[in-house]
Amino acid sequence: MNDFLSPAATALQKQFNAQVSEFRDEVTLTFAPDQVIPAATLLRDEFGFDILSAETAVDYYPQTSPRFHMVYIFYSTTTHQYINFRAALNGDNPVIATLESVYPNANWREREIWDLMGIKFEGHSDLRRIVLPPNWQGHPLRKDYPLGYEEVQHTFNFDDIDLRKPKGVRQP
Amino acid sequence: MREIQEFTLDDLRHLVSPRAISGETMVLNMGPQHPSTHGVLRLIVELDGEIVVNVIPDIGYLHTGIEKNMEAKTYQKAEVMTDRIDYMYTMGNNLVYCLAVEKLTGLKSPPRADAIRVILAELSRLQSHLLWIGTSALDLAAMSVFLYAMREREQVLDIFELCSGQRMMTTYIRPGGLWRDVPAEFESAVRALVNIMPKRIDEYESLLTKNPLFLDRTRGIGKIDTKTCLKMGVTGPTLRATGMPFDYRKANPYCGFEQYDFEIPTQTSGDIYGRYLVRVAEMRQSVRIIEQALNKLPYGPVRDNNRKFVPPPRSEIGVSMEALIHHFKLWTEGFTPPVGSVYTAVESPRGEMGVFLESDGSPKPYRIHYRTPSVVLLQALPLMAKGHFVADLVGIIGSIDIVLGDTDR
Repeated sequence: MNDFLSPAATALQKQFNAQVSEFRDEVTLTFAPDQVIPAATLLRDEFGFDILSAETAVDYYPQTSPRFHMVYIFYSTTTHQYINFRAALNGDNPVIATLESVYPNANWREREIWDLMGIKFEGHSDLRRIVLPPNWQGHPLRKDYPLGYEEVQHTFNFDDIDLRKPKGVRQP
Repeated sequence: MREIQEFTLDDLRHLVSPRAISGETMVLNMGPQHPSTHGVLRLIVELDGEIVVNVIPDIGYLHTGIEKNMEAKTYQKAEVMTDRIDYMYTMGNNLVYCLAVEKLTGLKSPPRADAIRVILAELSRLQSHLLWIGTSALDLAAMSVFLYAMREREQVLDIFELCSGQRMMTTYIRPGGLWRDVPAEFESAVRALVNIMPKRIDEYESLLTKNPLFLDRTRGIGKIDTKTCLKMGVTGPTLRATGMPFDYRKANPYCGFEQYDFEIPTQTSGDIYGRYLVRVAEMRQSVRIIEQALNKLPYGPVRDNNRKFVPPPRSEIGVSMEALIHHFKLWTEGFTPPVGSVYTAVESPRGEMGVFLESDGSPKPYRIHYRTPSVVLLQALPLMAKGHFVADLVGIIGSIDIVLGDTDR
């Protein structure tokens, strides 16, 4: 860990009881889900991480608790450093507070995660699907969502095929 | 029967002003099939007369599930999908993916491969900016720039075809180096382009930079400031046009960008004209970088010698049993990187282009997420467009240079 990152990492570790891990010179702090917003606020205000570079999620199906990891990647335009946050979420009802109030560009990122991964964001201003149609069934980036090679459903034979189609469960 | 539903005005109640509900302002649909949206972008525009009250971008018409598809392919095969993300910066897409895989596996690309990567990435930037200058001027009714810009763009695409056999979907940059060395004609072809480019950029500038019609339609329109840019995560030329000299090639150099002498062009106006000037200056800087890389282009191998990750050269397969085994294993099973996740980013013509790559130790990537600049720019579009004429909206979309493959993935 370099000199730019270690003050932020140690402060956050102390204050929010985070676990620090390092892989290929990247520092990742793992928080409890309810600690992410205060920790991100501190990171932005005190340590100058002014850009939310990416926000995404990883699905560890068939593991159920925790099933998902939220991944936040912050960048500082002054020290040119990245820092990663992670928070583990359970599979039965994955909910986490929105980061929109701290980093406004989390809005579309979280809409995308809701759309493709099915994680809900509490307090989000506009939680609609973003790339898929509003009445789409399921969340495609989940690991139990079938990948493809199913019969193509057209509007005229949608219901026939729907009866024999795998429903959000990966076939062995 | 299940038909695809659309959002109704009721679903968008929290985004439009109360005047839209009462019918005082007009809510209009623009796109997705509209020539000035540079792809399939749909905008729901709330208008008060001709003034834009709010813009609600509706994306997803080009969503192809690339991230999901990549999870089902080995690392080598998944790379083919990366070209299709930002189809105006294909070499850069390959590059950022390869940098992520290299970071994960610990591969190291040799100096010659690095120099060629720099040349190709900058050529990619050049052709993206050339298409941008053509189409965004076309949106503002300046027809002739498009024809000139496309002429030079063809020359760049010919160079891509020369090295990879493909004009756009190249997949030429591979984890650990390049697919193969560039052909002998590469140097003269790039040199020819580098020699004519500065004069050609002058030509485009003579058509636009002092053109009163162009100035009228670009100055003071689509303004955004540095603080808002950072808040919205906007990087690239749009951020640099607000006065912040920030470029990933300088900030976090990759592929040896720190060895090249180039400047970060900035403007302070933050409007369409500022972004135009920044991009034109960037084209000149790209030419400068290409020239330097070409002059110092070292000789040597273009691939890492780690046979567990990088396939052996064709010539060895016929004579070495070991090479044959490696070749067979790599193309049937793939390679297995260690468990962990990495994030790498490069400077695309539009801003930060990043890859989040998580591996579970199997030959297939467990999760890939592309952090693409267009989606961030599009999210900031309403902030730039509010209060301007609907005709200027077209110019603003052109000036942020979005690629819809990049937004939807």
